Amino acid sequence: MVPLNHYLILSAILFAIGTAGVFVRRNLITILLSVEIMLNAVNLTFVAFGRALGSADGQIIVFFVMTVAAAEAAVGLAIVIALFRHRESLNPESFVSLKW
Amino acid sequence: MASETVAFYLFGAIAIAASLLVIAQRNPIYSVLLLIASFGALSGLYVLLDAPFVAVTQIIVYAGAIMVLFLFVVMLLNAPHEDTEYDERVHPLMRPGPMRFGAALALLLVAELWWALGRGGDSGGFPAGAVASVGAIGRSLFTDYGFAFEVTSILILVAMVGAVVLARREERR
Amino acid sequence: MTPLLVAQLVLTLVVFVGLLSSAAAMVYVERKVAAFIQQRIGPYLVGPKGLLQPLADVIKLMFKEELRPRAADALLFGLAPIISATAAFSAFAVVPFGGETTLLGLLKEPLRLQVADVNVAILVIFAIASMGVYGIVLAGWSSNSKYSLLGGLRSSAQMISYELSYGMALAGVLLVGNSLSLTDIVHRQAGTWFGVIPRWFIFLQPFGFLIFLTAGIAETNRAPFDFPEAEQELVAGYHTEYSSMSFAMFFLAEYINMVTVSAVATDLFLGGWQGPYAESIGWIWFLVKVAALLFFYVWMRWTLPRYRYDQLMAFGWKVLLPVAVINLLVTAAGVLYFGL
Repeated sequence: MVPLNHYLILSAILFAIGTAGVFVRRNLITILLSVEIMLNAVNLTFVAFGRALGSADGQIIVFFVMTVAAAEAAVGLAIVIALFRHRESLNPESFVSLKW
Repeated sequence: MASETVAFYLFGAIAIAASLLVIAQRNPIYSVLLLIASFGALSGLYVLLDAPFVAVTQIIVYAGAIMVLFLFVVMLLNAPHEDTEYDERVHPLMRPGPMRFGAALALLLVAELWWALGRGGDSGGFPAGAVASVGAIGRSLFTDYGFAFEVTSILILVAMVGAVVLARREERR
Repeated sequence: MTPLLVAQLVLTLVVFVGLLSSAAAMVYVERKVAAFIQQRIGPYLVGPKGLLQPLADVIKLMFKEELRPRAADALLFGLAPIISATAAFSAFAVVPFGGETTLLGLLKEPLRLQVADVNVAILVIFAIASMGVYGIVLAGWSSNSKYSLLGGLRSSAQMISYELSYGMALAGVLLVGNSLSLTDIVHRQAGTWFGVIPRWFIFLQPFGFLIFLTAGIAETNRAPFDFPEAEQELVAGYHTEYSSMSFAMFFLAEYINMVTVSAVATDLFLGGWQGPYAESIGWIWFLVKVAALLFFYVWMRWTLPRYRYDQLMAFGWKVLLPVAVINLLVTAAGVLYFGL
């Protein structure tokens, strides 16, 4: 029987990988992918706790998180497309003209 | 049961390895495909946690729809391999600046969480029984969480309209 | 290794081999039926009445040279047909094709004729259908040729658009059948009304059946929705650059997807394996019904002209999806009113 802690540690590792991805990568699409990794890690935590506490709420929250993630991915990618049309680059360092 | 432990470690290892490769390697199409593999492993973990509905929804929504969207965008933009001003041979995790900060932050996060969770003592296994069936999820979703459900449907509508407007080419006047 | 476990393993093997031979049989049936519709004879040289034609086709495909364009991405080029074929085969794993059988008394417990009995079977089929899109889009991308890329993107856009109507039609059946498990839905279709009309869901959900079949034809990229792989317009679409066994795998995946859609439609709308006599020979009835639907598929291909791509997408989004939603609403109202 796998204890709850194992699932939580796995979820923590995935979340950390996602966070590192957001900082480390220089490609807008990969940054969005790292955000998806983070959301999935959180989903895993919810389902694990839902199972441990014996309620369906964990799975319902996951349902909502997935919906929000889908909406966010769609709008995020639309923004990436619009940005790409302006600067022909996916590197976030190309979009620094507002920096002082 | 031992098979459950083996399955957990197998899926966990696949999920972690795939996620590491997503952020570590350069070709954006491979990143998307590896993330799909990671989602598949997570779906297996949901099945282990007695949540078949969430597992299948993960495949349908995440791996089957959101990732297709990512793949389309990568293909349509012909996303180039990441080019940087650094030497191409230096791996992303070894480069100075925010990258090292990011990697260090991630390691710190993992170490902290491992320590905190390990200190909590044996949280025990999962209680036998008390597994929510799909019907129970549905009932709860449409009664207790009905308002949130309707709000998410409006959210998706807004996202659809927003995505279409943002990605539209400017009209030629 | 109880006898039941052995029987289940043998069942898995039987299903696998059965799917392969059904694809081979479909090759022959398609060519013969196409020939008769076009008032010619079709294959007649190889074997009696041309029955060994699929064997000749397979041997020809095996002996062709396996080509790969130099500019193609090697890993994805090789992976794409594997993904297509795997998704096609796996979808059939949760489809029940017969009732329980004890193999003429050899087994102590009855063996259910289904490779994997999950209680969310309908969702699993839908999920694996979504995964089948990747084989096509990766094939189109990795071939690095304009026909392939256009064909692959168009084909996958078509597939994900028609998945919505597919899902809505499924939701209609779910409301009436009250369960996500295919076996339960088939059992609910037992019995008859007035002793004559069987309680199949096609009579409760006629529009749902039509929508499901239309969306199924579009999902499997068959005519009249096969613009992305039409020879006249796009050379061969996403499988232009493939030859020999990789092409055979795409071909196989297409036919097995057709068989899976027909099998699921049979289970959901035509009563599955229910038939007049005992339940243990129900799989024969199942095969008869699936064969009827496959004949319908082939008939559609050689009768209707092809939709142009924009007409196809407009049909999927502006006609089929609203009809499917209205079907769902009416079904929900009906279930509430009649208390099914």
